[in-house]
Amino acid sequence: MSDPILSVRNLSKAFGGVHAVQDVSLELRPREKVALIGPNGAGKTTFYNMVSGRMRPSGGSVSFEGQDITGLPPHRISRLGISRSFQITNIFAELTARQNVEVALTALHGKGLQLFRVASRDRALRAEAEQVLAQLGLAELADTRAGVLSYGDKRLLEIAIVLATRPRLVLLDEPTAGMTPEETRQVTRLIRELAAASTYTFLITEHDMNVVFDLADRIVVMHRGRLLAQGTPAEIRANRAVREAYLGEEEDA
Amino acid sequence: MRVATVALVLLAVAAGLFWLPSYAPYFYIFVVTEILLMGLFAASFNLIFGYTGMLSFGHAAFFGMGAYTAALLLLHFQLPLIWVLLLAMLAAALLAALIGFFSVRLNEVYFAMLTLAFGMMAYAVVHQWRSLTNGSDGVAGFPLREFGLGLDLQLADPAVYYKVVLVLVVLASLLLYLITRSPFGLLLRAISENAERVAFCGINVRRYRLLSFTIAGMFAGLAGGLFAPFNRVANPDMVHWTESAQPVLMTILGGAGYFLGPYFGAAMFVLLETWITTYTEQWMLFLGIILAVMVIFFRRGVLGTALDWLMRRR
Repeated sequence: MSDPILSVRNLSKAFGGVHAVQDVSLELRPREKVALIGPNGAGKTTFYNMVSGRMRPSGGSVSFEGQDITGLPPHRISRLGISRSFQITNIFAELTARQNVEVALTALHGKGLQLFRVASRDRALRAEAEQVLAQLGLAELADTRAGVLSYGDKRLLEIAIVLATRPRLVLLDEPTAGMTPEETRQVTRLIRELAAASTYTFLITEHDMNVVFDLADRIVVMHRGRLLAQGTPAEIRANRAVREAYLGEEEDA
Repeated sequence: MRVATVALVLLAVAAGLFWLPSYAPYFYIFVVTEILLMGLFAASFNLIFGYTGMLSFGHAAFFGMGAYTAALLLLHFQLPLIWVLLLAMLAAALLAALIGFFSVRLNEVYFAMLTLAFGMMAYAVVHQWRSLTNGSDGVAGFPLREFGLGLDLQLADPAVYYKVVLVLVVLASLLLYLITRSPFGLLLRAISENAERVAFCGINVRRYRLLSFTIAGMFAGLAGGLFAPFNRVANPDMVHWTESAQPVLMTILGGAGYFLGPYFGAAMFVLLETWITTYTEQWMLFLGIILAVMVIFFRRGVLGTALDWLMRRR
């Protein structure tokens, strides 16, 4: 087994007296596709926020490729090679789809401090942006203002921005949230293709169990801020505690 | 095609302005000089406001820094104007970097309040430091000799000074425009829309905001540096917080979403002020009404509204 790409130890986050995430330890191997699941309020997004630098953990540590990244700001973590998507679509509505991707590429190539050249004349950047858009089937929408894209295309653009930073670890926070079944199938297929063709390691949160069981090599279950179980899809399917956590939620509802 | 049309129109306007002294009444040389300088001042402000998404309420500090630096250098050292202006820009940029260092870490209304507070401090310093700034009387009586670069210009002639202002404002505006179209400008626009997303792309947002703030301060310093000789005095009024409100009003009047919006706003502002004050003292009342109407009905400013109207007619 290779060294873990991401190693999370005893990660905790408390808001006042509420323990949103408590003592979670997790390791991801390079190129692994891991799904993080759990009922609403299980702490999945808080966990993402701590790994990606949006929130400072109250305890524990995160290391990426052997380097301690606990509490680093988002831009540092992004530069090291971790990129995340957001549950609520987080794109640049006033910019075109291409420009959305170019923002990420400009950052990636360290071109952000070029003040005296015209961005739209940068052929290399343009070609690269179009290539990323094509990967997600958005090539024809390159010149469309992102704000007027369909919901599904906005979600895809969100993923395009994530991939444009050329990460080694991709955190997808409910990539198919709010999508139609057709769009969900498309995105699922896309992620599988990307994972197969690239060196990305994926961590995905998802409510759609079809997507989870379809994509993941391994499933990690969170419940009430703690790690409840982890294992192969088959193991998780058979796990009693997991079923109770989910059934329990159904009873509450 | 459309780019060519815009370029042609702008060239025609620039040419018309260049030969303004040969056909317009003398009085309008002063009016247009003021419009150009306030336009540059407002456009520099709009780099922070329209392009980076931060409402600065202390921009007069940099305009004033430029004006006082120019006035003092002319008074004590009689340097050529071009060097005076470059030093005025440098001084304003340094002040902007200092104020920005503390301000850009705050968001929204807190940023606006902190820049306002720094602006007020700048005013207090200018007003109280009498040995240097001559208090409320300001720095006056400085001579305008040569321009520098071996150019033989009679700067004391308002028509000549007007042309110097026109050329420098056009050059500075082209530079500012290039910055807004650069990769840096693209990131600023992205930051104004969604700073957090930009951070997650690997950009240190605070650094970009600070650089934008500093560049804006530098161009405001140029506008101020050119304004002091035009005004024949650098006085504390130029640093007062009401002076900081002017680029805000001009930009909203003209349209923050367009590079030329602030220039249009400055032109409207100065022309209306000039015309209305010949009839009535109540200029502020009319300005208030016009601004209220703009904000309620024409959010995109005069330029934005006019362009929308032109597009629809096609």
